[in-house]
Amino acid sequence: MSHAADLPLFVAIPVALLVLAGAVLTLIGSLGLIRLKSFYERLHAPTLGTSFGIACTLLASILFFSVQQSRLVVHEVLIGILVVITTPVTLMLVGRAALHRDRQEGQQEVPPSAAPTSPPE
Amino acid sequence: MSRILPHPVVSAALFIMWLLMNQTVSPGPALVGAVLALLGGWALALLRPGRPRLGPARAVLRLTGVVLVDIARSNLAVARVILSRQKSHYSSFVHVQLRLRNPQALAILACILTAAPGTAWIEFDPEEGWLLLHVLDLPDQDSWAHIIQNRYEKPLMEIFP
Repeated sequence: MSHAADLPLFVAIPVALLVLAGAVLTLIGSLGLIRLKSFYERLHAPTLGTSFGIACTLLASILFFSVQQSRLVVHEVLIGILVVITTPVTLMLVGRAALHRDRQEGQQEVPPSAAPTSPPE
Repeated sequence: MSRILPHPVVSAALFIMWLLMNQTVSPGPALVGAVLALLGGWALALLRPGRPRLGPARAVLRLTGVVLVDIARSNLAVARVILSRQKSHYSSFVHVQLRLRNPQALAILACILTAAPGTAWIEFDPEEGWLLLHVLDLPDQDSWAHIIQNRYEKPLMEIFP
């Protein structure tokens, strides 16, 4: 970031705002891990960071390095694509592990199967 | 043609990815990238015979737009739920009946639902097509099932006929 000061103002402001927005969204997502009550609710919190949190940060990076090096720098797009493709794998793994354990323990809150069953009267 | 390039789109994507990672189009890395792209296409052909047919590009673009708007909206909604002081949300499991069976389309649906905060793909029953979702802030069960069926499943069935 040695040449960051050379950046023209009309680029520096959007870059700063995007970095800030990405960081705030990711921070809120992490806060959610503390604040939300149940395990399945907490599953949702980090996806703030993996969706628009990372999108804002990557956009800022593309903008910054494209202007600084005076050429289009877009390999950040790869990071975005790989994150989007790989998060469902982890999420399903963790979610299904929790579901399996809860079903084994006979928890009433979790559905017994993916197909809906009529609630016992 | 199909012997050498069984999956032209996949090979092209691999090649572009290689060039992006190297950030150059000079002949050396390009040659390595081309070899990798060819090998990747062959490996995929060994894994799964049959190439998915893609529907109209317009449908792909429209779905991308819809998904981006929805992700932005649900980002704000989930941020509000996390930051609000009192418990103002009602989270629950939702059962959704899907007609979608194409594995690639299901994978893309999983990416969409995971990338959108507030919905988490938990379990899928491939025989009867029941999808078990967990939704963070649920107005009512039926509306969610309809949103997924109309906003995502229908365009995906158009893209992967």
